[in-house]
Amino acid sequence: MSKLWTKIIGLVAMVALFLPEAVLAAGGGKIAPLVIVADTRKLEGLMAWWANLYNESHALFTALTVLLIPTIGVVFGVIADIVMTHIGIDLKSRELSEH
Amino acid sequence: MEWLYILMPIAGVKIFWPGLIILGIGVGIIGGFFGMGGAWMVTPGLNILGFPMAFAIGTDIAHMAGKSLISTMRHGKFGNVDYKLGFIMLIGTVVGFEIGAQMVMWLERIGSVEATVRWLYLFLLAFIVWMVFNDVAKKKKKDREAKAAGREVDPLSTGVEWHKTFHKIKIPPMIHLNVAGIYCSAWLPIFVSFLTGWLAGILGIGGGLIRMPSLIYIIGCPTHVAVGTDLFEVMISGLYGAATYTFKGRTELVAAIVMLVGASIGAQVGTVATKYIKGYGIRIAFGVAVIGCATSIVLKMLPTYIPEGKFFFDTAATVVVLGVVTVMSLYILVKMLQGAKAEVAAKKASMARQAA
Repeated sequence: MSKLWTKIIGLVAMVALFLPEAVLAAGGGKIAPLVIVADTRKLEGLMAWWANLYNESHALFTALTVLLIPTIGVVFGVIADIVMTHIGIDLKSRELSEH
Repeated sequence: MEWLYILMPIAGVKIFWPGLIILGIGVGIIGGFFGMGGAWMVTPGLNILGFPMAFAIGTDIAHMAGKSLISTMRHGKFGNVDYKLGFIMLIGTVVGFEIGAQMVMWLERIGSVEATVRWLYLFLLAFIVWMVFNDVAKKKKKDREAKAAGREVDPLSTGVEWHKTFHKIKIPPMIHLNVAGIYCSAWLPIFVSFLTGWLAGILGIGGGLIRMPSLIYIIGCPTHVAVGTDLFEVMISGLYGAATYTFKGRTELVAAIVMLVGASIGAQVGTVATKYIKGYGIRIAFGVAVIGCATSIVLKMLPTYIPEGKFFFDTAATVVVLGVVTVMSLYILVKMLQGAKAEVAAKKASMARQAA
């Protein structure tokens, strides 16, 4: 029964997550329908490519952003882990502090 | 000093990148320690650095998702995240948030709600502060009474125990939340998450500030599990928020990545600090942070009544927010360094004893 609950909850959560546009008021309300175009004239290389991607396809730009953020988070997190373990901090346990 | 500035490809403004890293470190520490996203701290900070408001919120949410992921990973390894509770709460949070936000729009159509929302926010923050310090006072009283009666003081005791009353509600299905050590009706976390999500939707905030104390006082999570589980929620809602804001073209990923460099360090410091600062230390510090947040809101409300002082009050609000971030981060950093130093020294002493 509890497994079924977990599955139902997981499924509902995923639907809500992967259909961001269906949830109209995400992020505390709709924002103004203002079209912003990135000025690519002063940009070069990767930055210019990124700004062009923004101008050409918000969907692809969003997909890449949503993929890049957790990936970068994990990379930085792992690096910080390595540094802290090297210092000698126990990163796997803590004392119980209250009931 | 041109190299200290980076041109943001989407927003088209030059930003002082070390400022972004410092801001990232500060909110990373506070977020990892208290289990919240901290939008109320980041948005004014980004604004000061020269970010257009249109991009400040989206960029903040994007960096929040990455930062919370780092903190959740670390809290997860400490055993501070109750994933089952997190997933159950996700339903109520999303539904409640949506209803709250839609309600604000409906209220806006029939009249201005801004002042009402701010007053509601302020009332809520005052209640949280009262709850935290009332809890601390009750625990101290319990400890004093135990001492007076000649009993041993229980270091694991708690002050306010409202959750015990809520746990008596036995509406099926009943669930075991093993990490949090709770057995309760599934409707309790669903109801709490719906309520906190609804409030967050009405107030236009992420919700960590409300969810963290709710997890402690209503659901009955130990402080560390409340922090870890709340961060898990912030991570999911952050990714969701990042998707919606980016799709609307309001996220500056370059700035979010630069902030993440600082936040990854800060989040680890904040999370590891929870090892050395005990549950009630976290609750007290949280209460102080909420006071800072409430003060900044009062200052932002004052120009409505004293329009000529707008510049002064707005500046003061920003100073208060950034002051709270700085003082809190420094306090947590110092505590973390002291704890880590003592732990490393204890390890070395133990190894020396074994060698002898």
